[in-house]
Amino acid sequence: MVLELQKPRPIWQIMFSTHHTDVGLLYLITSLSFLFLGGALALAIRAELFYPGTQIIADSMTFNRIFTVHGTTLIFLFILPFASAVGNYFVPIMVRYKDMAYPKLNAIAFWMIPPAGALIWLGFADFTWYATPPYSIISAPGPAADMWIFGLKILGISSVLGAINFIVTILKCKHPDMSIGQVPLLAWSFLTSSLIILVAIPTFAAALLMLLTDRLGVSGFFNPAMGGDPIAYAHLFWFTFHPEVYVLVIPAIGMMYEIIPRFSRKPIYSHSSGIFAFVLLSMVSFSSWAHHMYATGMSFTEKTVFMIGTLAAVPASAMHVFNFIATMWNGRIKFATPMMWAVGGIALFFSAGAGGVVNAAMPLDFQTHDSYWVVGHFHLFVMGTIAFGSIGFLYYMFPYVTGRMYNEKMGQAHFIMSFIGAVLVFFTQHLLGLYGMPRRVYDYPPIPEWITMNQIASVGAMIIGVSMFIFLINMIYSSAKGKLADTDDPFGLGGKYYYPFEAKNPHH
Amino acid sequence: MGHHSNWPEWVYVGVVIALMVWVGSEAWNAERLVEHIPADAEVIKVTGQQWFWTFEHEDGTKEIGELHVKVGHAYKFEITSKDVIHSFNIHDYVVLLDAVPGRINTVWFAPKEVGEHAIQCREYCGLIHYNMRGTLFIEEDKSS
Repeated sequence: MVLELQKPRPIWQIMFSTHHTDVGLLYLITSLSFLFLGGALALAIRAELFYPGTQIIADSMTFNRIFTVHGTTLIFLFILPFASAVGNYFVPIMVRYKDMAYPKLNAIAFWMIPPAGALIWLGFADFTWYATPPYSIISAPGPAADMWIFGLKILGISSVLGAINFIVTILKCKHPDMSIGQVPLLAWSFLTSSLIILVAIPTFAAALLMLLTDRLGVSGFFNPAMGGDPIAYAHLFWFTFHPEVYVLVIPAIGMMYEIIPRFSRKPIYSHSSGIFAFVLLSMVSFSSWAHHMYATGMSFTEKTVFMIGTLAAVPASAMHVFNFIATMWNGRIKFATPMMWAVGGIALFFSAGAGGVVNAAMPLDFQTHDSYWVVGHFHLFVMGTIAFGSIGFLYYMFPYVTGRMYNEKMGQAHFIMSFIGAVLVFFTQHLLGLYGMPRRVYDYPPIPEWITMNQIASVGAMIIGVSMFIFLINMIYSSAKGKLADTDDPFGLGGKYYYPFEAKNPHH
Repeated sequence: MGHHSNWPEWVYVGVVIALMVWVGSEAWNAERLVEHIPADAEVIKVTGQQWFWTFEHEDGTKEIGELHVKVGHAYKFEITSKDVIHSFNIHDYVVLLDAVPGRINTVWFAPKEVGEHAIQCREYCGLIHYNMRGTLFIEEDKSS
């Protein structure tokens, strides 16, 4: 995959290519574009909430549309395609195969994403990324909601196609000399997250169709006025999307498994416990979906069952953290940009997990549920863990993709500002939730504590915004004009700790 | 990888599991106590609709946006909705339960001190969700 961008090629050659690194590049550019689009919406939200009253967003409906598209974009159009980009680049190389198992299917899965993104952005629906019925059936306006539904439908199909491709590539196309236990942990993360996708996504795909026919008025699955039950939707939704959390986080952990040992210049502490924890996480991811629903009026027994199912995910997550720390222990650590992002991501992953234990504990959940605590909590996962791991990995793969080095100082400034910003925004949002501020609100009463904490959060968000601008400049400038990288050892680590990337993949 | 022994990890996992068992059993016990509704609790029917709360007391009096209760009594809220899902929340008393159309959810509380507390909606319900607010007035019980 090395240096492919250095030979000038017409853009259509990349667009119509089915080669895994070309498709990976398409995924990469698409996902980063949506990162900036979705991030801009986050800045608008934080600017609006800086002070009670109207700041920059004229009305509540626009605000509701903005946070809906913000969430949908960053989950489905940034995090998932970014993981696919990394998987496309690295999985075939790691299992020593010439390409993905089904190259055409791979390209098709990618090309479903731009139209889906266009549907979501042109529609600009307002019913939150959760599309709760009956609001989404009887109250959500016009074609926007239908466009969102079709967009998600397309993204679901794309995910399933991608998942099949990863599973077959890893299980069937790996080099015969390589046992499944020797497959690197990054590839293992794609294997387990793809298996989750296959089991989880069809449920939501069905729910989406039911939601659509409910909106058309020809059915009433989730519409109480027609005898349906909105809580059924919540179950179907979370049966897909709680496991989906692990679909998002597992590849990010895989990326950290790639970064941490390299920059600690030590082998990973325990390869087998990493595999074990991945498999365990993928299984327990299905035992906890209804912890999102304690407040819908579940019985005590139901709540207890799902609390146990949720707490069961903690030991497996904790094993990953242990593995990372034990790998770094006594290592000759080099804190280059990718390592900073990975270590920062682990710290925030730990914080997010601790907050998750609080949410899982039934009586405490009734303090935090649907408050800003929850916003802070899951952003520590999606931003603090997943985006941090992903961005760290982007810096890590940058020299291999472009043949050039990024600017190290700018990369470190990007990390430091993002980390400070993330702590300011998301930790403060936890406190805001404990003070009782509900999530998804366009405006709030002038309670002094709420104002102060919203302002701290907004300042943090602006710091992240500036750091992302530095990131953008670094990526664009360095990919064209950066120093040429020594692709055998771009980070100066001493090659023997380096994963053997020498397997050069021939173009089709 | 390698052949080193992995006991530190298993000890650590054991500690994590023990912690989770402790958190889970404490939570189970607390929730069991919290959910035990006193037999003499007065029923208040709470109805959410876009975008206000209606309260109906046992004696048939209705209030909109305001709820008056007395210190020293226990109240059981029977919560439902007329249109979309809302979530009835008195944060200061950790009263939180969804108002789901077609269902009645129950939660109880017993006010301890005279005062005013905010009532709000915690589930996204559309245009004025941010301002679907009310006030809880806790008053002294003059009859006793």
